[in-house]
Amino acid sequence: MSAFVVRRVLIMLLMLLLLSFAVFFLFSILPADVARLTCGKICTDQTIELNRARLGLDKSIFEQYWLFLSAIFVGRTYGVGEGALVCEAPCLGWSFTKSEPVLELILDRLPATVFLALGAFVIFLIGGVGLGVYSALRRGRWQDKAITGVSLIGYSLPSFFIGLVVIFFVIIRWQLLPFPDYVNPWEDPVQFLQTMILPWIVLAVLYAAFYTRLTRSQMLETLSEDFIRTARAKGLKERVVIGKHALRAGLTPIVTAAGLDLAGLLGGAIILETIFSLPGLGSLAISSVLNPDQSILVGITLITATFIIVANLIVDILYAFIDPRVRPT
Amino acid sequence: MSAPFLEVNDLRVSFRTEDGVVRAVDGSSFNVAQGETLAIVGESGSGKSVTAQAIMGLLSRRSADISGQVVLDGSDLLALDDDEIRRLRGARMAMIFQDPLSSLHPFYRIGDQLTEAVRVHRKVSRKEARNRAIDGLRRVGIPAPEQRIDDYPHQLSGGMRQRVMIAMALINEPQLLIADEPTTALDVTVQAQITELMVELQKQTGTTLIIITHDLGVVADMADHVCVMYGGRVVEYGSIDDVYYRPAMPYTQGLLASVPRLDSDRNARLDPIPGNPPSLINLPSGCVFHPRCGRRDEVRGDLCVTTEPELLEVAAGHTARCHLTAQVHAEEVFGAR
Amino acid sequence: MPADSERVLDVRDLQVYFPVRSRGVFPRTIGQIKAVDGVSLHVEAGKTLGLVGESGCGKSTTGRAILRLTQPTAGSVELNGTDITNLSRRQLRPLRREAQMIFQDPYNALNPRQTIGSIIAAPFRIQGVEPPGGVRTAVRELLDRVGLNPEHVNRYPNEFSGGQRQRIGIARAIALRPKLIICDEPVSALDVSIQAQILNLLQDLQDDFGVSYLFIAHDLAVVRQIADRVAVMYLGHIVESSSREELYKRPLHPYTHALLSAVPIPDPEAQTQRERIVLGGDLPSPLNPPSGCVFHTRCFVAQDRCRTEVPIMRDMGQGHLVACHFPIEEQRIGEVIHGPDSGLTAPLEPEPGYFSESITDLGAVGTTRLDSANSTDEGI
Repeated sequence: MSAFVVRRVLIMLLMLLLLSFAVFFLFSILPADVARLTCGKICTDQTIELNRARLGLDKSIFEQYWLFLSAIFVGRTYGVGEGALVCEAPCLGWSFTKSEPVLELILDRLPATVFLALGAFVIFLIGGVGLGVYSALRRGRWQDKAITGVSLIGYSLPSFFIGLVVIFFVIIRWQLLPFPDYVNPWEDPVQFLQTMILPWIVLAVLYAAFYTRLTRSQMLETLSEDFIRTARAKGLKERVVIGKHALRAGLTPIVTAAGLDLAGLLGGAIILETIFSLPGLGSLAISSVLNPDQSILVGITLITATFIIVANLIVDILYAFIDPRVRPT
Repeated sequence: MSAPFLEVNDLRVSFRTEDGVVRAVDGSSFNVAQGETLAIVGESGSGKSVTAQAIMGLLSRRSADISGQVVLDGSDLLALDDDEIRRLRGARMAMIFQDPLSSLHPFYRIGDQLTEAVRVHRKVSRKEARNRAIDGLRRVGIPAPEQRIDDYPHQLSGGMRQRVMIAMALINEPQLLIADEPTTALDVTVQAQITELMVELQKQTGTTLIIITHDLGVVADMADHVCVMYGGRVVEYGSIDDVYYRPAMPYTQGLLASVPRLDSDRNARLDPIPGNPPSLINLPSGCVFHPRCGRRDEVRGDLCVTTEPELLEVAAGHTARCHLTAQVHAEEVFGAR
Repeated sequence: MPADSERVLDVRDLQVYFPVRSRGVFPRTIGQIKAVDGVSLHVEAGKTLGLVGESGCGKSTTGRAILRLTQPTAGSVELNGTDITNLSRRQLRPLRREAQMIFQDPYNALNPRQTIGSIIAAPFRIQGVEPPGGVRTAVRELLDRVGLNPEHVNRYPNEFSGGQRQRIGIARAIALRPKLIICDEPVSALDVSIQAQILNLLQDLQDDFGVSYLFIAHDLAVVRQIADRVAVMYLGHIVESSSREELYKRPLHPYTHALLSAVPIPDPEAQTQRERIVLGGDLPSPLNPPSGCVFHTRCFVAQDRCRTEVPIMRDMGQGHLVACHFPIEEQRIGEVIHGPDSGLTAPLEPEPGYFSESITDLGAVGTTRLDSANSTDEGI
């Protein structure tokens, strides 16, 4: 088992390395001239050249990559002398539009995204799996048809649409909630919840629809398995047959999907964060596109990708715990 | 013959599907005496497995319409509610299935699956249940059961898995064991092991055994009585000698002639039943076997096409559902007209 | 030995090994599964060779390797006198016309989105053959020949029953009049009454077109029905091969004895009168096959020599080949013989007299060799 984990971690590190290079390389071949973009309003050719040197953009792509990579471990100083900017390790680059290290910007925005993701994750997982199991057990009856139908609608509606609709009705028309204004939960838990409840629900509806359908089909497949028939033939109560035998086998593929979806959500929900003005990674990414800041985009892309790769690893290891057949001996 | 231990009367099971009503079992009647072995023989779609599942109460009453009677030791199982029949399953009657790999839960150790079977019906400690599980494994010939009990199903061979299934079925000493194609998924040599094991265990425990199979060879090895099913009906029932040496129904005759045999002089050709088994949604009129029957011409008129024959006694304890045998029988009794 | 020219298929020393990788931090090849380990066989023109064995014995892999659907590790395959072992895919293509395959599960072997007409026409298309009278006529004739209604040419595979699908597979296989058809368990998924129809069809086609079959199956009774010559496989090796009459009348290898005795006969009387050999244990892993004779771990006549010395295939007369140090030459009737560590014998606590009379001391069965078995090497 441990050899399996070690091997997977090694592979993961290798993937991260390749990925970081790919991301770095892709952004560097964009036509935008970073030195010019970071130069500010009063811009002379001289400043541009100075910036270019400070950012290391005059060096080859490989050297730039090496500087970027080593900065993660040992930090980096941009420029020399008086005007030098120190970015301490771990340094994911320096944002010249915001005059801050990229990592700090990201860490600043991370909580809102993490809270949004985790809250929605809990809701959609419980809701989606619960509805899916219920629907499977009521197969062909009106409850099943209703759930399947509603989930199809939920699945096909775009998030900005649902988001705008709930804002219009809940906040503007019925005035059930104040306008969203994000605060950290430890500062004002009530306002935090008031802000988060709608985005959680909107995000969860989208995913819950998918998980309901996935769970339903998984459960139906599992319920037709021979070992379920064996469990019934043993005289087990239907509750045990479903809750122990069917769920354990049927939910295994859902673990995979859920792990990857959570990782994806942690990378930021661009549309919802924008609609509900949440200061998360998604809105940071959008603003860095509109007001171009390449170093922030590289940072966010890398962080998001890392989440997904790590989630993949965790899912694989979880899988081995759930299913003895894939457990290495 | 002792009083029937299990009595199935006019069992009918149908499923509503999008394509129409599937009449999986359409009038199945037979008896099994205590301690004897009944083989239900038929090809796919004959209704033999559905009959077994109906006896065990494994068919969901939501999806299947079930009528008739299944009387086990005096009480009608079809009249019981879900929970009452559940208490009998695994305790008084148990079942083993064709594919032991898919029939065992892949994620649980075989020990867990065995102890679960004990503890659902008996209030015993975990330790006691585990001891019973080990004993059960030993009894079905699994070497080193103390170690094997902690294996997962995928770590065992096919034959060992089927032994585990048998151990699990017998762990609460049921009075009735239904084995649905227990050796079909196994290799020939392993098949022989399992067949022998079942025969021996039955001798030891006196369990009444219903074996469901398409393999006429396995039947010859194990059964006291044989019940031949076709198109959802019992078409012939009798002692093993009756059915093998004096088959009355042309389908049974055809089935016996279709099997390649090791012992007979090898003819150049087998003598198969022509055509294909009927669709259970659109059963033929009259006798369900008439489109494939080679002896239809011997029956007077178009009786076979218009009228469904009854299951009639051709000799003591030997019944067949066939106009021809009925006609021959009538001629014997009343003299040829 | 017949001249090579009569042989449609000649396989010599075929080996198919599959590498096994370790699961460490850095996986590497740690061993080989010897799925097929030195198989030699041949099929004569217009004849049928039955290749029998239990699952995992390598019979299907042999079939696939012959058609180069699996790459052989070593050995040679001659099809119609041409060595095809090392031909490239392109060179193989015209030879595919001469050898076809039919499979156990006819449904998986048919594309569900194609009409049966286009499935059966595929060989003509692929090989660029224009049959006299055109493809459409040829397809209809083929359907008719295998007992399907030619009017159904536009139907899809799911509209047919298992037996009819197998007929479709056969029609496709015979479309180009191949010299050889490899039949991999063609009837084992079918019902008894349908099985007999298909076996008869295969025999009829052989009579009409002179096609040869390599008939791979686990069912000895089925093979007896169709084969002219039979080869028995165990754990990657052919352990015995001979003409059909010989093999069934005078089996020599203890494994063949066990296999034959394990096939139930649909006759209650006969069943009680037969020699019964219940082999113990399971098939050993082909990753780590037993030393000496691969069968010795389950053999009821094995002696020390079998553990160390690999038996060589030898001719016991009339082309009856066997790879065994102690072939068995007499049948025992009505006895039950148990192989070593038969899971059954040791743990059961028998009540007196519950086994058939020939076995008296169950506890000793694991090690006892029956008298008749001990005397078997006399006849050599």
